[in-house]
Amino acid sequence: MFPILQVGPLAIQLPGLLLLAGVWVGSTIAEREAPKRGLSGEALSSLVFFGLVAGLLGARLGYALKYWTVYAEDPLGLVSLNLNTLSAPEGVAAALLTALVVARRHHLPLWPTLDAFVPGLAAFAVFAGLANLSSGDAFGAPTTLPWAIELWGAQRHPSQVYAILLAIAVFVIIRRLSRAPAFSGFLFLTWLALAAASRLFLEAFRGDSQIVLGFLRVAQLGSLTVLGGALLGLHRRARLALETEGRARADESSPR
Amino acid sequence: MGCYSARSTFPPCGNAWLADRRRWGALSAAVLLAGLVWTALSATAQQAAGGASPREGFTAPDFHLSLLGGGEVTLSDLRGKVVILNLWASWCPPCRAEMPALQAVYEANRERGLEILAVNTTYQDSEDGAARFVEEYGLTFPVPLDRTGEVSRSYLLRALPTSFFIDRDGVIRSVVIGGPMSETTIRTTVESLLGDG
Repeated sequence: MFPILQVGPLAIQLPGLLLLAGVWVGSTIAEREAPKRGLSGEALSSLVFFGLVAGLLGARLGYALKYWTVYAEDPLGLVSLNLNTLSAPEGVAAALLTALVVARRHHLPLWPTLDAFVPGLAAFAVFAGLANLSSGDAFGAPTTLPWAIELWGAQRHPSQVYAILLAIAVFVIIRRLSRAPAFSGFLFLTWLALAAASRLFLEAFRGDSQIVLGFLRVAQLGSLTVLGGALLGLHRRARLALETEGRARADESSPR
Repeated sequence: MGCYSARSTFPPCGNAWLADRRRWGALSAAVLLAGLVWTALSATAQQAAGGASPREGFTAPDFHLSLLGGGEVTLSDLRGKVVILNLWASWCPPCRAEMPALQAVYEANRERGLEILAVNTTYQDSEDGAARFVEEYGLTFPVPLDRTGEVSRSYLLRALPTSFFIDRDGVIRSVVIGGPMSETTIRTTVESLLGDG
């Protein structure tokens, strides 16, 4: 819809810029969140940094290996900013592996680390929505509602706007919840449930859903699964926390 | 069951609530049931496409251009054929890299109803450059010249090369932005479109 920002001779690809801004805001928030959970902000930001760098390198190298003759002729293409010449699976694998190694090295515990990332992730979701609004991706189904927008040759639900509004709401809720004390994993699993529920709701207004079995939207089935898993996870973690708490109290009160 | 721990953490009595199998189970079941109902309500047979747009599932925007070496072409005249619309420039290395593959696929499938329109982005290239390029690679498919940039604009060209795979009904079935595409990619995509009938 507004994919390119022209600043003098510079043509800036707005969706990519918005995603970058999202990563920056998200990781800044995560860094601030870390000390509240007894984690080193430095460790968390190096996790993000090395994860991203490894992800980008892996994605570009993965792509270049498939077409190495071209890149041998044009090695500068390796540092091209073109997002289309990235191979996602290799990138994600490289990012996850690197994040795991960095987490090990800094002795980051799993659940508190995930909790610390949640407010940042919730903020990133807002930027991802803005990026989609700018590129016209994740577009809505045709509608005759008065607030329909003209996109891809039809009057459509402004699905990207719905997504942004809901992402802001989730971010506000997460901010509130993150200030209160809770067992580790509570914030992450709650965010996971909220994010899955949002997607489940929003997918109904999309015009680009992948359909299975002739009529079901794949993303909704996936969201239902994640939602169920998050709700079950919350129950499990809560039981564990209660048991630990109970045992601690028993130890205190029991005479030696 | 009340809040039996004074030090109970958030949400208030939350741990107890969350850990209560019956209450949390009932709530979870209700949430998931609502989700299932919503999924069923929003079930749809197919995604209705809109007008012409340079996107998968949409009708390819029509155009009329003159060809390198004379002649003219109109995209909509090619209905009934599978069309690869490739946008390129002679100074673009990945465009160079994928041309032999396009030529090979063209030769192999031309008689089965494949057409390739390699639109030169002439407004940011030169006709001489394009002509030399075509000669160098021995390209036999038509090369329309986008002198004004009108076609590049209507196809929202953002990177070179970009290829649109258009089926016999004039609907875009696949978009490959950036390149180069491997011969396998081109071949498999074309095969699935030609096979459609």
